[in-house]
Amino acid sequence: MNSAAGQTPAVSLHGITKQFPGVLANNNIFLDIHAGEVHALLGENGAGKSTLIGILAGMQQPDAGHIEIEGARVKIHSPRESLRLQIGTVFQHVVLVHSLTVIENLMLGGAWWRIHDRKTALVRFREISELLGVEIKPDVLVGRLSLGQQQQVEIIRALWHGGKVLVLDEPTSMLTPRGVEELGALMCRLAAQDVAIVFITHKLREAYAFGDRISVLRQGKLVGDILPEQLYDMNEEQATNEIIRLMFKSTVHEAESTEAEAFQREGQERHRRGVFDNSAPPMISLEHVSTHAERGECALHDIGFSVMPGEVFGIAGVDGNGQKHLAEVIAGQRPVLSGCIEVNGELTTDADVPARRRLGVRYITDERLDEGTVGGHSVATNLVLKEIGAPPFWRCFVTLWRRIFRYAREVIAAHDVRTPSEHTLLARLSGGNIQKVLLAREISTNASVVVFNKPTYGLDIHNTRLARERIVKAAESGIATIVISTELDELLELSDRIGVIFNGEMSGIVEKHAGAESEIGRLMTGAKAA
Amino acid sequence: MIFSTARVLVPIVMALVVGGLILLALGKDPFAYYEYVVQRGLLSWSGFQQTVIRSAPLLLIASGLIVAFRAGIWNLGVDGQFLLAAVASAALAPVLIVVLPSWLTIVICCGVSIAVAMAWSVVPAFLKTRYGLNEIITTLMMTFLGISFANVLVKLPFNDPDNTVPQTMTLPVTDRLGRLFDTTIHSGIIISLVAVFAVHFVMTRTAFGLKLQIVGSNPRAAKHAGLNVGRLTFATFAISAGLVGLGGAVEILGVWGTMRADWNPAYGLLVIPLVFLARFHGIAVIGFTLLFAILMIGGESASRRMGVPNFYVLVLVALLLIFLALVEYLDHLSHKRKKA
Repeated sequence: MNSAAGQTPAVSLHGITKQFPGVLANNNIFLDIHAGEVHALLGENGAGKSTLIGILAGMQQPDAGHIEIEGARVKIHSPRESLRLQIGTVFQHVVLVHSLTVIENLMLGGAWWRIHDRKTALVRFREISELLGVEIKPDVLVGRLSLGQQQQVEIIRALWHGGKVLVLDEPTSMLTPRGVEELGALMCRLAAQDVAIVFITHKLREAYAFGDRISVLRQGKLVGDILPEQLYDMNEEQATNEIIRLMFKSTVHEAESTEAEAFQREGQERHRRGVFDNSAPPMISLEHVSTHAERGECALHDIGFSVMPGEVFGIAGVDGNGQKHLAEVIAGQRPVLSGCIEVNGELTTDADVPARRRLGVRYITDERLDEGTVGGHSVATNLVLKEIGAPPFWRCFVTLWRRIFRYAREVIAAHDVRTPSEHTLLARLSGGNIQKVLLAREISTNASVVVFNKPTYGLDIHNTRLARERIVKAAESGIATIVISTELDELLELSDRIGVIFNGEMSGIVEKHAGAESEIGRLMTGAKAA
Repeated sequence: MIFSTARVLVPIVMALVVGGLILLALGKDPFAYYEYVVQRGLLSWSGFQQTVIRSAPLLLIASGLIVAFRAGIWNLGVDGQFLLAAVASAALAPVLIVVLPSWLTIVICCGVSIAVAMAWSVVPAFLKTRYGLNEIITTLMMTFLGISFANVLVKLPFNDPDNTVPQTMTLPVTDRLGRLFDTTIHSGIIISLVAVFAVHFVMTRTAFGLKLQIVGSNPRAAKHAGLNVGRLTFATFAISAGLVGLGGAVEILGVWGTMRADWNPAYGLLVIPLVFLARFHGIAVIGFTLLFAILMIGGESASRRMGVPNFYVLVLVALLLIFLALVEYLDHLSHKRKKA
């Protein structure tokens, strides 16, 4: 691991900015990637990692800023150009043809008029295999290989035209622990050959274990680096703490910091009330709940907690540690493998969504457009989406559209939803207004338990404030409130207690006190509660 | 309102113009052809009656397709469902009429035909809900099986030995679906109009219809809202196939009274573009179906008289679809430009 300080970086990004409708995916990012180093790039989902890779791979063009390769300014206007500049990219999901052999897959990029030159291809294949230290038979069908091996084939392909830079986008997400170790060794060997490696992950442990240098992205911004010499002096715990500090507790919304502070204070004051009755029976309780996971999902193992009426229970954790399953299990959308769930003293383990809804369980999903709403239907329809067929909007299964539209107009006015009319297609609304529609639909009369999954994800400061106000108001009205979030600040502000989820297990429940933050940080990386 | 009318009329005019140019290239007089088609399909009394009679099965198929398409299910197995239902009615009716009154025979035949068509849709429905198999493939495969199976049924178990051509026994003309007033039009057109209006009402004004549409436009949201996506999928397949099956029964009980082994009008694939042209709208589809029936009936006469091949009608429908898509696309572009 030769530190490359003082040399010209293999790749350097200068002020890369990329704007998508409604999202600033990359905000003025400066990043140097050095030859012979594994550069770990950390960040939550939506932090802008994928966009950055897309720009390096020539699939997207930055709105501002430029890229230099070994000091020379270049424009990567196509994936082909990216390969020509010897930047190889391995994407998160395997893109190989399963019905072709390894060597056939590798020869796919050739020009169409040329006859496949198997001999030269095999020579190159041996060369790179040796360099990587992997043994894969060139004539075996790709579909027969394990995911780890398929990924190795992808790495070979990425290095096919010469490897100056290798970009790996969350390469460990599909691998077994053994596969992860092998990948780590492989990266190490490549770095020793002076390849610059960009290793993207959201797992802190891997970043520490494999990275020579760590950069943290958050909401499109580069919020901090840990340089090789610093990293060298740190032990794992120090490094992890430093990363967590960068990831969760940093200078977000600098421009609006005064506003943010004001509104945080406001929120805390409102919430510093402790009006809920600790001795009351819990509104919802989960005991030993486990679920079954499909590939790529994180299942729950033996989760248990309970929430009182009027309490805000926060769920903290790095994204992808079982939060989605937890929310869906409570909403009744996902079957429970074992364990039981009680709502208001009633056993509801096997109740479906409508039955839970009658008990007052509400779920505000984090996937507002993909799951929470039907974009091609009107705002009015979306407001009554979970009531279809029930009075007062349906009588003998006949839709009383006039009544629905009148109700929709009332809700739109009461919740300040900015929409031309109640007939407007929901997909035409902005993210903040879609969230208002969702909140209005879920927190209606006779709600008793409400699950908020990342309630402020992707919202601007104004709508974030509104959403948080709704959560506090919901709790004040006696609703048992569960807030799932990856924003620690948000949870600390809103919650009375915070449960930390790691790898599908509840690694601990922290009462709100002065040192809660560091304790939560430790639990988030999998350390058990003392 | 003006815009939406124009968006339908402009493609029709353009299709007729380009179709006319094709006729010119073939050395035919387009004006004479169009005039003859309209004359024979709409303006002459017998032609008009023919057109209405032809519309009956087309409308029932269209209503079945609207249910499926609005629920996001691409039931392309219409022809198999239609033919098997037709076989059921053709085989059953001549037997039942001997012992039962005419009206009861017709009711039972319709019921059995509906059931048969529904049964033929169970396999794709099961494969879709259980294994997520694409219903476009499975319904198409089932339709090939269904067409061949219908053929086998007519030739073997239900064959009328007194006839030299392979066909089922014949239902006497007097026992078929009742005629309207003094015309040759049978009451099947009433059944199909009722079906179209009922489907339109159910899809736009009832909870069930809204549920189907939610499943169709976003299955994940449907699951999130607590809808039973699997059960709704089965229901959609059943209703869609049932209406198509009723179409088969009506065509046999109203027009033919028997089924010949080589009879396959392939209405299903003809109606699909009409349903798209009508944008799955129940009332609009009546207009398009009538227009298409006029073209079919008039075109059949014109082909005999003027030597323009019968399938020229399909060329017109294809042109219509292309221009409709084009107008849609241009409209979309101008909207985008206005926004930007």
